[in-house]
Order: sequence, then C-alpha cells, then structure tokens
Amino acid sequence: MLRPLQGIAGRERGDLWFLSVLALVVIGVPLFNQVVPASSPAHLSTYGITLIGKYLCYGLLALSVDLIWGYCGILSLGHAAFFSLGGYAMGMYLMRQIGPRGVYGNPVLPDFMVFLNWKSLPWFWYGFNHFAIAMLMVGLAPALLALIFGWFAFRSRVTGVYFAIITQALTYALMLAFFRNDMGFGGNNGFTDFKDILGFDLHTDGTHVVLAVISAIALGVSYVACRIVVESRAGRVIRAIREAESRTRFLGYPVESFKLWLFVFSAVLAAVAGALYVPQIGIINPSEFAPINSIEAVIWVAVGGRGTLYGAIAGAVLVNYAKTYLTGAFPEVWLYALGALFVLVTLFLPRGLAGLLPSREKRK
Amino acid sequence: MSVPAAKTTRNKRLYLEDLTVSFDGFKALNNLSLYVEPGELLCIIGPNGAGKTTMMDVITGKTRPDTGSAWFGEDMDLLRLTEAEIAAGGIGRKFQKPTVFEELTVFENLELALAGKRSFWRMLRARISAAEQGRMRELLDIIGLAAHWNLPARILSHGQKQWLEIGMLLMQNPELLLVDEPVAGMTPQEIEYTAELLLSLEGEHSIVVVEHDMNFVRSIARRVAVLHEGQLLVEGDMAKVQKDARVKEVYLGV
Amino acid sequence: MKQRAWGVAGLVVLLALWLGFTARAQSTTDSSFLAVLGELREASYADKAEIVKKLGQTGHPNIHPVLTALLEDRLYYRNSDQKVLIAKAADQDPLILIDPLSLKSAGSAPADGFTKIGTNNALRRELRETVAQYALTSPDPAVRLDAVTEMLKSLDERTVALLRQRLPQEKNSRVKKEIETGLALAALDGSDAKGRLDAIDTLKKSLSQDVRNHLAGRLEKSPDGTYVENDARVRRAAAAAVSKIDEWRNVYSGAETLFFGLSLGSVLVLIAIGLAITFGVMGVINMAHGELMMLGAYTTYGVQVLMPGHAGMSILVAIPAAFLVAGVTGVLIERTVIRHLYGRPLETLLATFGVSLILQQGVRSIFTALNRSVVTPDWMSGSLQVNDALQITYNRLYVVIFTAIVFGTILVVMKRTRLGLDIRAVSQNRAMAKAMGIRTEWVDAMTFGLGSGIAGVAGVALSQLTNVGPNLGQSYIIDSFMVVVFGGVGNLWGCLIGGVWMGIANKLLEPYAGAVLAKIVVLVALILFIQIRPRGLFPQAGRAAEDK
Repeated sequence: MLRPLQGIAGRERGDLWFLSVLALVVIGVPLFNQVVPASSPAHLSTYGITLIGKYLCYGLLALSVDLIWGYCGILSLGHAAFFSLGGYAMGMYLMRQIGPRGVYGNPVLPDFMVFLNWKSLPWFWYGFNHFAIAMLMVGLAPALLALIFGWFAFRSRVTGVYFAIITQALTYALMLAFFRNDMGFGGNNGFTDFKDILGFDLHTDGTHVVLAVISAIALGVSYVACRIVVESRAGRVIRAIREAESRTRFLGYPVESFKLWLFVFSAVLAAVAGALYVPQIGIINPSEFAPINSIEAVIWVAVGGRGTLYGAIAGAVLVNYAKTYLTGAFPEVWLYALGALFVLVTLFLPRGLAGLLPSREKRK
Repeated sequence: MSVPAAKTTRNKRLYLEDLTVSFDGFKALNNLSLYVEPGELLCIIGPNGAGKTTMMDVITGKTRPDTGSAWFGEDMDLLRLTEAEIAAGGIGRKFQKPTVFEELTVFENLELALAGKRSFWRMLRARISAAEQGRMRELLDIIGLAAHWNLPARILSHGQKQWLEIGMLLMQNPELLLVDEPVAGMTPQEIEYTAELLLSLEGEHSIVVVEHDMNFVRSIARRVAVLHEGQLLVEGDMAKVQKDARVKEVYLGV
Repeated sequence: MKQRAWGVAGLVVLLALWLGFTARAQSTTDSSFLAVLGELREASYADKAEIVKKLGQTGHPNIHPVLTALLEDRLYYRNSDQKVLIAKAADQDPLILIDPLSLKSAGSAPADGFTKIGTNNALRRELRETVAQYALTSPDPAVRLDAVTEMLKSLDERTVALLRQRLPQEKNSRVKKEIETGLALAALDGSDAKGRLDAIDTLKKSLSQDVRNHLAGRLEKSPDGTYVENDARVRRAAAAAVSKIDEWRNVYSGAETLFFGLSLGSVLVLIAIGLAITFGVMGVINMAHGELMMLGAYTTYGVQVLMPGHAGMSILVAIPAAFLVAGVTGVLIERTVIRHLYGRPLETLLATFGVSLILQQGVRSIFTALNRSVVTPDWMSGSLQVNDALQITYNRLYVVIFTAIVFGTILVVMKRTRLGLDIRAVSQNRAMAKAMGIRTEWVDAMTFGLGSGIAGVAGVALSQLTNVGPNLGQSYIIDSFMVVVFGGVGNLWGCLIGGVWMGIANKLLEPYAGAVLAKIVVLVALILFIQIRPRGLFPQAGRAAEDK
C-alpha cells in the first residue's frame, strides 16, 4: 500500500495541508474545550464545537459532490437528498433512543406518532433502536436509491443538464414526500428533541467534542479513500469520461458502470455526512431536501475548486463561514451574496480558488 | 453471409467480397471486392463519395452491408460481430479527428489503452506491470513522444496528437489498422514523420490507409487501390495507378 | 294617395292613443303603487303584512325588488318629504339611493336624513314567501331561475301550487325545465304510482345532485326493513335513473377535471415555451426563468397599482409591459452573464441560479416578502355553469385561450418573421449561420429576450390564478423544466403536448392521491419516461451539444 501514500505525500501538497489541518482540529477541539478552562478567552464554546462539526459534515458533503462533478463531470443538483436520507436514518435511531422520556411518555412510539394517534410502529422503523442497524441503513438506503436512480439514468445515457434537472426533481419529490405527515417521518416538524446517542447525553460538551472529532476522522478517512480512487487508473478513466464519454466507451470501458459505482460511493459519503450532522445540530426536517441545499453544495465545490478534493472542503468551510456571519450580521445580504457568488465564480473563477494556486504537475 | 471460396489457400488478412451498401437508394458501395495481405501497407484513394469511409464502417461493424461478405482472417465473420467484438478481435481504427484525452498526460492516454479487463473494480486495483511499462516506453519512442510523456495532451500539436492516437491504437496490438486521413492538417515535417511511423509498423501489422494527399501516398505506398462510386477501379503499385487512364479521368488530372 | 295618407294618420292616432292609454295606466299603477308603499311608513307589523298583500295586488312590475329591499332592511323613507326609497346596501352612510319606480340611481345622501322601514320575524317569513312568489313573475329570467331553484330546496304544498300556477305562463326554456323538475320532485312523494313513474321519467335527465339524492331516497329502507317505496316498478325505475344520473355526472366531472388539467397545463406551457426556446437555440438552461415570470406577475401588480379602478384595462396594459420588463431583464442577463459562458451549459445553469437568487431577494427587498394579490377584472371573474355537473371558471378559461394565442403568435414569429428564421438557423447550425452573415450574438440576445418576455407574459396569466410572491418562480420552475425535458428541447409542439399532458395527468391523479402525491407521481413517471426517451418526445435533430 505504499503507492497511495506516495500519491499523497509526493505530489499533492494540498493533501498534506489538508490532513494537517484536520489533525489540528482533532487535537484542538478536545483541547480547547475540555482542557482550557471556560473562563479563558481561548475556550471553545459548545456553539463553536457545533459549528466546527457542522462545517466538517458539510466538507464531507462537498467532497462527495466534487468526486462525481469535479472528476467525472456528473452534476448532481440533488445530492443533499442523500445527505438528508443519512440524516433521517440517524434521526430515526435517535428518536427511538428517546424512549419513554418523550413528551407523551410512550416507550416505543416517538411523540409525533402518538400525536397522530398511531397505534404501532410502522414496519420501516423496526430495528432502528439498534445502533448497528441504523448505521447500516445510513449507508444502505441512500446507496440503494443512488443505485436504482443511477442505473436508470446512466443506462439511458442521460447526461449533462438533463441529469442535473432530474436530480433536482428527485430531491424536490423527496422533499414533498417527507413533508407529508402520514409518511411516518415526522412530517413538517421532522425529528428533534434528541436525548442521547449510544448512551451518551447529547447535551454535554463532551459528547459534542467526540462527535466533532469523529466527523473530522470520517472526513479524513473519506478524503484518503477518494484520493485513492482518483489516483488509481479508475480515476483516470473517470476523468476521461468527464472529457469525452463516447471516446472512453469506444476504448472499451463500461462507462455506465463506472459512473454508477462512483455515484453510489458518493451518495454513501453524503449520507454519512448527514448522519454525523444530525446529532450535532439536534434536528432534521424535510427542508433539508430542498433543492437549494444541493445547489449550495455545488457552489461550495465551485468556489473551492473542483477536481482537487481539498478545494471542495475549503470551499464548503469558506462559504458556510460567510453564511454564518452574514445571516447573523446582515441577513438581507446573504442571498444577494450567494447569488453573486454563483455568478462571479462561474464567470471569473472557473477553477475556483484552488485554481489560483500555482499548479504542480511534476510526477515520478 | 457466404464463406469465401478456397479460403485455405488464400491466407489474406481481410476479405471483402461483393459488398453493397445503399442509403436510401444511393449506392455507397457497389459490389466492392478487396483483399488485404497480412503485414501489408495498403493505401486507399479515391474522390469524395467514393465509399472509402463506408468501407471502413463495414469493416468495423458500424454499418451492415446489404449484400456481400467481410471476413477478418479465416474465422472472423465481421458481419456477425458487434463493434466492440471487432475492436477486441484485433481491428483498430483511427478516425480523422484526433480524439485523445486532452486533460490527461500522454502517458495516461496510453495507459487507458492498455489491454485487459476494464471493469471499475479492476481499474481501482490496476497497477502497470514492468512488461507493460516497457511496452509503453517502446511505443513512446515509436510515436516520437518520449520527451512529452508527462505533459497533458492538450499542449501537443495536431500532428503529435495524431501520433498519440496511433500509439493508443498500437497499445492494443491490433492485427489490422485502419487509418483514416492521418495527415490532414499536418505540417510537412509531421507528414514525413507519419510516413516513417506507418512504414515502421508494416509487417507486424496490416495497415489500410485512406488518404487524399498524393505526396504522402506516394511516400508510403506499396499497393494502392482506387475506389470510385463504391467500386474498386484499379489497384496496383503507385506507378501503375498513376498511369491508368480511368484514374486520370476520375481525378481530373491529379 | 290621399287614402294612404289618411290610413297612416289614423294609425298614428291610434298608436298615440294606445301609448297614452298605457302611459296613463302605468301612471295609475305607479301612483297607486307609491301610495300603498307610503302606507308602509307608519304601519304596525301586522298592518305591514296587509299592506304587502295590497302591494302585490297593484300588479306593479317592481314589486319584487321593493319587497326584497324590505326583506333585506334596505327600504327607507326620507324624513324631509316622506318619499320611500330603496338603498343599495343596508346601514351604509352615506346611503346610495335607488328610486322605487324607475329602479335607477337617485344619488346618495347622509343616513341620518332617513328612517328605515323595519320588519320583524313574522313579517319576514311572510315576505320571503311573497318575494319568492313575485320572483317567479319577475321580468328577469335569471331572477326567476334563482327563485325556482330556491323553491326546489324546500318543496311544500304552497310552493308546488305556485310552480304549477306559473308553469303554463313560463316562456323561458331553462326556467320551464327547472319548474318541471320541481313539480316532478314533488310528484315523487305522491300517492299515485303512475304519477311517481312519470316523475322519475322526467327527472332521469337531470344532472343535479339534489335530484339524484331525491331519487336515491326512493330506494331507501325504513328502520323495519321494508322499502319506503312499495312499488317494485317504481324502485327499478328509480335505480335506473340514479345510475344514469351518476354516469352522466361522472362524465361531466371528468370533463371538469380535464378542463382543470388543461388550464394547469396551459400555465406550464406558457412558462415552458420560453425555456424551450432558449435551451433549443443556445443550449442554455436558465434557472432564473421562474424569476422572470415572477417579474411579469409583479409588473401586473404594479400596473394595477398605477391604474386603480381599471382592472380590465390594467390586465391588457400589463401584458406588453410584462413582456418588456421581463424581456429587457433577460437581455441584460444574457449580455452580462450568459454570453461569457457560451458552450458551458452546466456553468450557465449555476450562474443563472445565482441570478435567480439575486432577483428573488431584490423583489423581496422592494415589495417585501408578503404576497400581493392582483385583482381579477369583472369579465374574468365568475364562472360559466354549463350544467349542474360542470362549472367552468372564466379566469381559467381565459388563461387557456390566452395560452393558445401566445403559442400561435410564437409559432408565427418563428416561422414567418426574419427573427424567427435567424433563430432557427442559429439553433441548427451556428457556424453556418454566422458564415451567412447572421449576427449570432444579436440573435442570442434577442432569443433570450424573447424567451424571457414570454416568461413575463406567463407571469401575467399566473397572477390571475394565484397570489403573487417572491417565491412564485420557484413553485413552477421544476415543473417547467420537466415539460421541456419531456417534450424535447427546442421543440414548441413538444412543449405544448408536454405541458398539457403534464397538467392533465396531475389533475387526473389528484382525486386519488392528493395534490402533493400527484406531483410526486408525475415527477417519478417523468424520470422513468426519460429512460425510454432521453431526449424527450421530439428530440432536436442535428444538435451535437451534448455529444462528446
């Protein structure tokens, strides 16, 4: 396994920088929250931890988008659907964990079901009180959706803007569906009021620190995995597909199969991001499926620079930081800024911020 | 489709017999018969619309003829196989427009053309073996791009891109190479190099070159076949063809 | 000659005498009417009942409106001259007055100069009956029809008698039919089996829910298990009639659903045409298209604000205004943003999405995030009641017609004008068009302007059907993308068929699945359809934009 590491340490300086920053986060978050006293100005508050955790999850989502868009040219305007599905799966686990501590005190049924006068748990909730099963579903359900959707789409050679539009329709349809109260997913209120995860109280700093650290580790591992894929020959095939699909097919490569597996892998990454996001934020509702979320994820990647992996994550952090700041200080301005960002980045920064870095293509 | 008569004594690389292809009443190929010897370099010339590209299409399986037969060697019935099967069976085609992958390096382009199973999972794990590396180095020399191995293909000149594409074709070790107008748009030096390149491949591979540029044809031609209105007009060496009255008429004094 | 002249003169004299006579008769009726009316002023409630009867006996044509006014507390007398007047609405100040003889406006005056002529419950009960009775004889057939329809809701001996009395004199066919229905309904409860059978025969052609329920009542069982209707023949006839009525009601209900689907589809078509044109010609998916439509809707609102009180005119003014506003905005977008992204459809998609955000937020800043309502002009309000089972609202009908006109116009523009020719040339072979001297950049800008203008016009139509808010574009944009994808890019007919079909499919599903689920099903069905025909119903030939 020496080659992949070579790939990271050798050429891509960006990889090194990124992983170093990630390592700093992994060390720093527990340090500045648990060790540094609360009175000190250097103390990292709960809000700060949650924010970092959120950015890390968004980074993972951006990574998943960059993988299929930056490298394979597949623009998905509905990737937040996978993010949300993962989030909902985690949410279902967390809801079951509430047990009799809910408002209505029902040991089995979550509050919203009692409120709707439901007598028993729907079949698709079975097993979600087990962490392992819930985690399995975090990966499985989005993967299945991606598999079926992708199989149909790629098989009929739906590409480009057409594909983008139907992914947007997909997430829109899911949003409509999850808004319905009778779907069994909490309707327009979604899931909230979580108590604990795996026995750990969700309202303590300690749990938040651990969750943030896990998010960072998940991001790091995913990053390495993506880097391996992208530096393998499969990665070169994928880039060939992005440039000239028919030609690649003519060379004998099963283009649909490549796209499909990449798409499924990307969906699972997004779902993991969503699953880590929910316990840190404490809520999930159907507006997460809104098309604007997916499109925002795309702009993170565009700003940071597609086709670099670290650019996507940087873009996610930067844009979301701007969003956090602007929606707090000048809420009216945020949407203008976001809109302008789309326009300016596509017009003037087609390679994103990473494109401004000097390119280093020395090899071997 | 019929089995060519007395095939055991003929030993050609490619048999095209009585091929007829019509599109909406227009006969692109009209009872065309042509043979390619193993290891030979055959040039096909003819005015536009003579059926050169259609002939290539039939060979590679892109178009099916109305009548006639096409065999590759003794046992590959080209009319029964799919395009992919024909490509995998040892016939490589280079199109007029160079279609190399500009974002990938020269080396990566060649890598993509490496033989082997091309599934996603295989490709994840694939490593270039020593033998394959050797072959690639060899090919880089042949196509004259050894110094450019690590540069993105987009910076290559038009001629270099054509050579790269030939290189990619050669990676698959095809027995028969179909080359469609390779020197269109090349500088004189590039044309010269291309001629050398093709000649160097002769023998190991059978090559069919379609071209308009008569100087180029003259520099590489061993055997020339003239197509006109979907039929074989005349064939032979360059001198014979140039003197032929019908050829002169058809080309109006080329 | 002379004889002729005498004849004519004689006729003229006769005519004059006749006119004079009727005029005198009229004025006699008028004065007696007024006199009786005057008695209402000071009378007690019991006396008022008598006076009302007397009023009826005068035979004056205005009995009905006057009594209706009295019933609705709208009859006043002026303190100064004791003249009785009708008010347009009760308890207003100033009172808008109507002369009881001419039924024309008599100006307005402050309410404190008038005293209301009061009623009590008993009087009102009597009045209702009397009013209904006189409604039956009102010169206006619409009033008569309403009266009969009201009576049908509570048939008793009195009303039946009234109807029976009226039937031979009724000339209007619709009212006549309604009276016959009423009489038949009454006969349904009669003691004579033959009478009931005849009644059913009359009623089976009806489409009214009331009639159907009445007939179904014949099939009910009393608590002890026996049938309310003891004649088996009658029961069979009733059952047959009920199922017939149900059948026809379903047919018309289906027609109504189709109409709603058509109207929804028309809106989709309007929105999608613009998209189809820009996508077809320039390969550009404009994510701001919905916002351009929204701008059109807001323009309509703006025009209405500038032209208060002229709802009808303002719509007509709004159409070209919206076209201009949206069109100019579109051209601006094309010149500043899209032009630089030519050949990069995905980037264009993202950039135009940014523009859509800016437009949305801009509108929110100027007009606030609250919805604005646009007034529907009179000639577009209300509905056409084709029959008891089918009601066609005018605003939707006009939108359908409007869409057809716009579509036709666009077809003409594309096929017959120079601009259309240029557009088609550029979309089929840009290089060649350029070589022929067509200024492709200008065509691009105009195409985008045209597509955007149509979006604006769609906004005008939409403003008549729903509230206008900054999110208006977002609600329809996905649907319009679907229409374009379904119908085939750049193809106008595909757009038309796609839009109408999607609208109808949506409405057909709604009763079974609810509006939201219907939307989801349509979306999923479309995604599946794309698998079979990835380029839509009518794929664009000769375009290699997506081929790589």
